[in-house]
Amino acid sequence: MVISDAAREKIRAEMAKYPKPEGALLAALHLVQKQTGHISGETAQEIADLFGIHPIRVMEVVTFYNMFYDEPQGRHHVHVCTNLPCSLRGARELLRGLEAHLGIEAGETTKDGRVTLAHEECLGACGYAPMLRVDETYHENLDLAAAKRILDELE
Amino acid sequence: MGLKVPFVTGYLTEHFGDDAFPTLEGYRAKGGYEAARKALGSMTPDEVIELMKTAGLQGRGGAGFVTGLKWSFMPKKGDKPRYIACNADESEPGSFKDRILLERGAHQMLEGILIGAWAMQAEKTFIYVRGEYAHPAACVQRAIDECYAAGILGANCLGTGFRHDVVLTRGAGAYICGEETGLLESLEGKKGQPRKKPPFPAEYGAFGMPTTVNNVETFSHVPHIVAKGADWFRGFGTEKSPGTTIFGVSGHVARPGLFELPLGTRLDEIVFQHAGGVPNGRKVKGVIPGGMSMPILPAGQLDVAMANEFLRERKTMLGTGGIMVMDDTTCMVRASCVITYFFRDESCGQCTQCREGTGWLHKLVTRIERGAGSIEDIEILADVTSKMEGQTICAFADAAAWPVQGMLRHFREDFELHVEHKKCPFPESFEL
Ligand SMILES: Cc1cc2nc3c(=O)[nH]c(=O)nc-3n(C[C@H](O)[C@H](O)[C@H](O)COP(=O)(O)O)c2cc1C
Ligand code: SF4
Repeated sequence: MVISDAAREKIRAEMAKYPKPEGALLAALHLVQKQTGHISGETAQEIADLFGIHPIRVMEVVTFYNMFYDEPQGRHHVHVCTNLPCSLRGARELLRGLEAHLGIEAGETTKDGRVTLAHEECLGACGYAPMLRVDETYHENLDLAAAKRILDELE
Repeated sequence: MGLKVPFVTGYLTEHFGDDAFPTLEGYRAKGGYEAARKALGSMTPDEVIELMKTAGLQGRGGAGFVTGLKWSFMPKKGDKPRYIACNADESEPGSFKDRILLERGAHQMLEGILIGAWAMQAEKTFIYVRGEYAHPAACVQRAIDECYAAGILGANCLGTGFRHDVVLTRGAGAYICGEETGLLESLEGKKGQPRKKPPFPAEYGAFGMPTTVNNVETFSHVPHIVAKGADWFRGFGTEKSPGTTIFGVSGHVARPGLFELPLGTRLDEIVFQHAGGVPNGRKVKGVIPGGMSMPILPAGQLDVAMANEFLRERKTMLGTGGIMVMDDTTCMVRASCVITYFFRDESCGQCTQCREGTGWLHKLVTRIERGAGSIEDIEILADVTSKMEGQTICAFADAAAWPVQGMLRHFREDFELHVEHKKCPFPESFEL
């Protein structure tokens, strides 16, 4: 079993909050992915069993939303916003600088599996551009030197 | 991290610099939950709805629909449970106001929700927070927990016998879940694909039950209206667009950030006075006034009051009040590449006009930017946008077409210069 008993407990508590248990599907995927890094076919099957739905329903949701992954990822997600407000303030140069620093292109993962680098659409930080998101944390008003330092400190 | 409170504050944000304000204790110290006590304790639901109609608050999620009117559409009787959905999906590029309302004013929003719940006799609210807003979501969850512990939410709200529950739902990265019926689908644990309307959410909403969807900021105004009255509220803003709003200014300005100002404040005042104007001795070339879906205005048209009745005359709208400023180095074809890429990426794919149209727009502007476009391509671009409008399940396709139309209306020359020179003629423009 991929999903721990503790996680199952939490998922059941989420299900109880909705008129229909399926309302908790996104919450369940967030919870499980936090532990597994991505949602494999096997994981999707277990989630489907928990909800009493077909696994394809789970994978449909996984592939629709940007924050769920059906393939293994780096230990950390580093996402640079490249939407217009950020691009106007140098986000593309920042992303290129980080690509060079890590020796990978946006969309790729470092060989040691430490970082998956990507560009992302607007993250609601337009007044504090350029910015990047490391997993769940925002770093704003960056320049390349500051961004490199943040990356270098990741385990 | 390092989130700055607005440079200019008003009734919504005046206490956002106070680190205690996000806590229940700190909120109560500023009179918090007194408005809810007044509404639930001494007003009938209809009286609250009438007050909201008189106040004339318009939704702050982009469409500007009158909130009191929307609330009055909820069925009064019937044994079906009624729900509220609070739209905290904030993903419109250029918008970052709801985030601070969640981080620094979660109780203010929750009080507005509770008053709305009383007015519509709703038993449950789902607050749908975009997935990337992990910290804002944690701030809201903390406030919800405090409310349950203090008896403000739950089986006996504020000791009045009224029951209301609030559930926080986190999205997972999809712009379209901000569209109200996409949001409802997502709440049900599905792909966020918008629904055909009618039936409208007031009839068939979350889990098939009558539901009202309102934006975070919309709810945040409500306690102030109940506490101080419709006349007080109408003392801010214009006759048709009352109240303040939180403008977010980004791009080429000296002081990017948030500014709470009355609706009807002039755009040039916001850009040049409040946001400090364009740095580096540059001039403004164009300004997107209301989030990326709204058509751009050229430098010569910034003498406009920021309210829909005036912006419409210039063929644009207030949207979410996200103001993006571009200086005179900016290549508007490049800007159009970024805009159309976003819409191509975020289309949910249900409607042909939208799925194919957004792809075409991006392909055409990219070709023109590379210098491989023709004058005919510019014509086709305009034609594709006209065929995307008003044809689809949701307004996303219109929101994708309008900004391109705005670019062609005011900056067609930029497009033509690319064709003429067979390359981008703006070497100093921001990088793609
Ligand atoms: C493509 C699209 C995206 C939207 N995104 C948001 C959003 O992120 N937040 C929001 O409050 N409203 C958004 N809206 C508007 C909602 O559909 C809805 O009108 C709004 O939440 C209603 O609340 P209000 O009346 O308080 O403004 C979006 C609309 C469309 C068509
Ligand atoms: S207009 Fe676009 S986003 Fe809206 S339902 Fe149709 S395909 Fe989806």
